[in-house]
Amino acid sequence: MNDMTATASVLLTNAIGLHARPSVKLTKLAKTFAAEIEVAPSASGPWVDAKSIVKVMAVKASKGAVLHFRAQGDDADAALAALRELVALGFHEEKTAGESDKGGEDA
Amino acid sequence: MPELRLCGRLASGGFAAGPIALLARHARSARSSGDPGSEATALRAAIGVALAALTDLSERVDVSGADILAFQIAMLEDDALAALAFAEISRGVAAERAWQEALNVEIAGYEAAEDEHFRARASDLADIRDRVLGALMGEALEHTPPAGAILLAEDLTPSRFLATDWSRGGGVALTRGSASSHVATLARARGVPMLVGIELDLTAIASDGQALIDGESAMLCLDPTPSTRRLFASRRAAAKLADAQAERYRIGPAVTSDGTPIVVMINVGDPAEIETLDPACCDGIGLVRTEFLFHGKNELPDEEMQYHVYRRLAEWAMGKPVTIRTLDAGADKPIPGLTLEHETNPFLGLRGIRLSLAKPLPFRTQLRAVCRAAAHGAVEIMLPMVSVTQELEEARRYLKEELAALRQSGVPFAEPRLGMMVEVPAAALTIERFDADFFSIGSNDLTQYVLAAARDSDAVSSLNDPAHPAVMGLIARVAAHGVAVGRKVSLCGDAGGDPRLVEALLKAGLRSLSVAPAALARVKQAIAGIDVSGKGR
Repeated sequence: MNDMTATASVLLTNAIGLHARPSVKLTKLAKTFAAEIEVAPSASGPWVDAKSIVKVMAVKASKGAVLHFRAQGDDADAALAALRELVALGFHEEKTAGESDKGGEDA
Repeated sequence: MPELRLCGRLASGGFAAGPIALLARHARSARSSGDPGSEATALRAAIGVALAALTDLSERVDVSGADILAFQIAMLEDDALAALAFAEISRGVAAERAWQEALNVEIAGYEAAEDEHFRARASDLADIRDRVLGALMGEALEHTPPAGAILLAEDLTPSRFLATDWSRGGGVALTRGSASSHVATLARARGVPMLVGIELDLTAIASDGQALIDGESAMLCLDPTPSTRRLFASRRAAAKLADAQAERYRIGPAVTSDGTPIVVMINVGDPAEIETLDPACCDGIGLVRTEFLFHGKNELPDEEMQYHVYRRLAEWAMGKPVTIRTLDAGADKPIPGLTLEHETNPFLGLRGIRLSLAKPLPFRTQLRAVCRAAAHGAVEIMLPMVSVTQELEEARRYLKEELAALRQSGVPFAEPRLGMMVEVPAAALTIERFDADFFSIGSNDLTQYVLAAARDSDAVSSLNDPAHPAVMGLIARVAAHGVAVGRKVSLCGDAGGDPRLVEALLKAGLRSLSVAPAALARVKQAIAGIDVSGKGR
């Protein structure tokens, strides 16, 4: 993917970074678009396929990282807008099931 | 077998008693392999079997369990996971070896991660690996432990946890494991007691014994004697009763029996802790430990990132105070590249505000971020380990400089109140000299410095007593100073969260405590039973 038609970057403010649950959401969303989409933890890469959870998890982006996206294809702009929103909204993680407030006890 | 008591780390609280269920790794039988084509087909089929089993399981569990399985399913569905294995198979490697090696590479990547949340995923990957291997070898996938059993294992996979029947109690004790793993999250959500990091040789355990888990003391007891059992039963009953009674106090203001209102705030070690917490249950955040910002890295995140984190805390608190402690590195919280190495006595070394003033750049960045967040709520700055007034004044000078710079740059900001921790005896003894906007007593460090008994030493733990009159006397002194000059005095050490110490703290004159979120209900309950009207009699 050399001639990327569109790019976007967004600050990852999700409390524990791009870990399992957010990665599932990100790759699922990416797969709904026809465009080739790549994600990277910095503008200089490494760029990986945003539709592959194995590769997205391998980025190991912690919270506070700035995620960079680039996409190529007919719906590239729409894909980037949707992914940007997902990250900006903290992956809709306002209520994390299973992370009860008891979790603070040992933290 | 004689009774054996072992201490671990608490991953999920509570009490459990039941038969031991040893989850040993079962040895794998040999499998004859074929040509690359049939090996690839066999692996593809095994992945399909594992996927079907996980999908089936995900339909039977609740939301929190399904989330974890969704991750595993997504990984298995991703061709990238098995790409290396198929490449090896095409070069003549047997399917099980190719798969195992490919997954071990993937797992090693997670185990090497700096962020514990990523490290904890290694066990989810190991679970996937073993499921596919099991399918490949034609093994029965699950041998289910009996309901109510205490599972003893090296580590436990989420799918195994979910496949276990917890309806009749039971618990988990792991020789490895992590309190921030998926399975620990599941255990907390289910209320299944879990200990990790138990030092125990699993091969030496008889599998027909009984076991107890006491979450309050993070203790596993194997083959308990009748008297241990009776003690356990009474401790469990007392804890159950206490929890039920305390829970009523969680929401709502804390008031003593004579009607004196007490401010009860929370300590936050990681912003994730408050995500599911209702801000109505506390009077604000009395301590934000900013060390979490490092998360294994060697430098603080930039101003922008810190600003966002602090702002989120301010917005969560909805106008209630949010007390952000500047970086308290050093001593038991070393940060490579920032704190000094090889100090002979790090608790008495370059830590807290001393380190911040010695290396002011990260300190200034943090001050700027806090000032910007202060535009969104009652954000305050608190300096750790202040010993002499010069430290407070020097920090104030930096704060004024950063405020001036922000004013010039035009970004929104507000001037936060500047307070200090009182945890060095010298500061407590000369508290009148410190012109801080507020004070917060760090009882853990104050106790260890006053009694010269390290907080991390078991051998002198009986000396490390915050209820000692020398410590309480200093607390009373600081509280009285606060009343005299009309400045807020709180306490944010562990003593505030200990219901047994609350009465002594209130009688010392404190009217504000900051405690772990999990201690809120118990502390408010203790407060409700205390009469402070007779103070000074």
